[in-house]
Amino acid sequence: MNTETEEPQPSSIRTVISTVADRLAASVFILPTVLALLFLSIFPLIASLYVSLAKFDIAKGGYKLTFVGLNNYKKLFVGSEGDHFLGKFAPNTPLTWMVFGLIVIALAIFLARYLLNARVSISGLIGRVLLTLGFGTLSWMLVHTLWNGGRLGTASTTLVYVFVGIFFQYILGLSLAMLTVQRLPGRRFFRVIFLLPMMITPVGVAYMFRMLTDTSKGPFTPIWQGLGLINFSWVNNAWGARTAILIGDVWQWTPFMFIVLVAALESQAVEPIEAATVDGANSWQIFRFITWPAILPVSMTLILIRLIEAFKIVDLPNVMTNGGPGTATQSLTYHAYINWRALNIGASAAVAYMLLFLVTFFSMIFVNLIRQRTVETL
Amino acid sequence: MNSKNMLLKLLSLMIVFGVLITACAPAATATTAPAMTEAPAATTAPAAGKIFDGVTINILTFVGPQVAEPLQRRGPDFTALTGATVNVITVPNSDLYQKVLTDSTSGTNAYDGYLFAPSWIVDFAPAGLIEDLTPYVAKDKDLQWDDVVKSLQDFNSYDGKIYSIPLDGDIHTVYYRIDSLKDAGLEPPKTWDDYLAVAKALNGKDLNGDGTPDYGSCISKAPAQQSYWWIWSIAAPYIQSKGTSQGTFFNTKDMTPLVNNDAFKRALEVYKETGLYGPPDETNQGVGDSRGLFISGRCALTMDWGDIGTLAIDKDNSKVIDKVGTLITPGSTEVLDWDTGKLVPCDATTCPYAVDGVNHAPFASFGGWAGAVNAAVDQKKKDAAYAFFSYMSQPAQSGVDVTLGKTGYNPYRKSQFSNTQAWIDAGFSQAAAENYLGAIAASQGSPNVVWDLRIPKNHEYIQVELDRILSQYIAGDLTIDETAQQLYDSWETITNDAGRDAQLTFYKGTIGAK
Repeated sequence: MNTETEEPQPSSIRTVISTVADRLAASVFILPTVLALLFLSIFPLIASLYVSLAKFDIAKGGYKLTFVGLNNYKKLFVGSEGDHFLGKFAPNTPLTWMVFGLIVIALAIFLARYLLNARVSISGLIGRVLLTLGFGTLSWMLVHTLWNGGRLGTASTTLVYVFVGIFFQYILGLSLAMLTVQRLPGRRFFRVIFLLPMMITPVGVAYMFRMLTDTSKGPFTPIWQGLGLINFSWVNNAWGARTAILIGDVWQWTPFMFIVLVAALESQAVEPIEAATVDGANSWQIFRFITWPAILPVSMTLILIRLIEAFKIVDLPNVMTNGGPGTATQSLTYHAYINWRALNIGASAAVAYMLLFLVTFFSMIFVNLIRQRTVETL
Repeated sequence: MNSKNMLLKLLSLMIVFGVLITACAPAATATTAPAMTEAPAATTAPAAGKIFDGVTINILTFVGPQVAEPLQRRGPDFTALTGATVNVITVPNSDLYQKVLTDSTSGTNAYDGYLFAPSWIVDFAPAGLIEDLTPYVAKDKDLQWDDVVKSLQDFNSYDGKIYSIPLDGDIHTVYYRIDSLKDAGLEPPKTWDDYLAVAKALNGKDLNGDGTPDYGSCISKAPAQQSYWWIWSIAAPYIQSKGTSQGTFFNTKDMTPLVNNDAFKRALEVYKETGLYGPPDETNQGVGDSRGLFISGRCALTMDWGDIGTLAIDKDNSKVIDKVGTLITPGSTEVLDWDTGKLVPCDATTCPYAVDGVNHAPFASFGGWAGAVNAAVDQKKKDAAYAFFSYMSQPAQSGVDVTLGKTGYNPYRKSQFSNTQAWIDAGFSQAAAENYLGAIAASQGSPNVVWDLRIPKNHEYIQVELDRILSQYIAGDLTIDETAQQLYDSWETITNDAGRDAQLTFYKGTIGAK
């Protein structure tokens, strides 16, 4: 029997309203947040994409943006900004061919292994082809700019900062974390001390390292003099300047790795360690087979967060070396900043978009290939 | 679902929609009023009855201590006189241009006045972003506009109208240690070759008696600092020899850059060679570092604006009081043949303004700090901002400020050059004052003086592209030929983007070329 049609009208309207309200309530409650996110995140992204395709000019009473297509990107890759962005490419030598050849072979093996896998999917294949092409291109850029008369551009300098910096930050952070979870006297004190660099403003860190690396009037001048290095300066050499910046970056960000890894180490179960100890396992075996697998998921997340953050480095090169010598220590963010400062807003947005592509590319690789696989194997 | 729940949900939906509609509605007038007018009267209003009672002006300039210092020091005096409260907001030098432009073009208008480089007015004035100050100056007898050096009057004008009030007169000169050169039996340098020879001879000698080897030359070379100005002081006498209207930056026939030639390449060589006789980290030093080294007695030679003269008499910090000589920037005995791009010897035809066979072309780099007024703010604020800049520039104030090293201001009024007593009162000896003022006056008055580039996008030509390419050359990333070619290409790109004919017209207009 169909009772609904027989029921009085008001009750039916109430039910409909109630159902609609019930259905809409959740959406409406999150609507302000969604709108705020769209406004604060998506809108600027689209607006800056348009700006990267435009030219900024001062006009009567304000400014005007003229659409120039891909001109700003063209300048970055094959135009006047190419040398700055990609670096100076050295001529091919047997060594560069050999190194690049090895990388290509490795990438081909990676792709072939996937294709021979039973679980091949279209999206997986596209992703891996893009990854291979991306890695191949970056490898080509690096092997031709790293040595033999080549010069790093802002893109490759940023990659150096990111990967070398994170490597040392993780190693040092893990070492310090391992040290402070031991039952040593004063460990609580040192935990606080090790955290201090992270609490200092990045510009403060940069000025401090600028002073420390000043060999002519910095606090270590007597040491440099004693070592006969009175006429030596870190900043006269591209790799010296990059090393100085990396030291500052590692000093600043190691505490972040440290504090998270301390938490990870302390939260691991003690029973397996005790059992292994009873079974006669040595310290290395305990670390390799118990501790390391336990902290690996946290480590992967930690590295991912730092990876995204490290691409945006700007304070240290700006303050310590003004991006010099030449453009040797300029990162992509610094490159975008220089263009922005000169009111080349379009070119600045184009650099910022290239940075976004790079961050997304490496983050996707990390999430899809490394982190996922690591977590799955545990 | 019971009716109570339904009612609650409906009520909640209505509230959410209400909030959204309210958020999307136009803001109330009270919330859009400029923050500065909302300042509590009790905290800012001075004594009643003054012309700018209750007016607060925000002045944007370069981060101190120099340049901003006089504004901050004299702000309270101006408040006592006029009732206007002065807020001085400072940003790094490299951010100043962008800050001014984004503030005015975006309609933010947070600043009522700007103390900036007068060469930038060619970007701001045509767009109507800064106020035409001609009528203000015409009515302002206290400013004594005629007392300002004619060339600086022109430099602060555009299209026959005054757009900024100078507080500073900038031109490069070379400073040398009188005692060190005398002890070594050396003459002050007349040419850049002489400069290198003196620097080489004195490099490694102990110049201040502290037992440590010192430097022959200190000219800063850090990127994004002042390198692009130093190189032009070195290049100018090689490129320009037939007077200001000949030009040094571009060929006045077709606006092609004058950088891919033997003259500019020679300047690159000289600039780099000065680094061999300087501090080891000179490639990371700005002018502040060079000044510190010179004042502490560690350098035999340096190039700077007028600041060294006043810093050298600072009893608290200087170790070179009465030991500093000032010179017009060194010249060259060879100049550019514009047709061939080669260097040719100076003679009566090629170097009509040469002195003893040496062509000098002093470079008025930057042009001195000058105050401009935001055209988009209330008239009362415009008046107050103008009045403040006028007050700062009037002889009673500026005559003192230019004699103080801490201000960063250098002489730019005829009265400041003629009144030697003010300089003696500040700590100069009679001979030092005459030498210092004589060198600056000779430089500013030279018929072959080079005025800083003053065409649209000058910031991009000089402070972005020249800076980047020059720093790569200094770092050894580029050869001399690559540097000259890259700079040429880069400037051509900017010129083509901006419009060659328009840029050429601007350029010829600013140097008085026909």
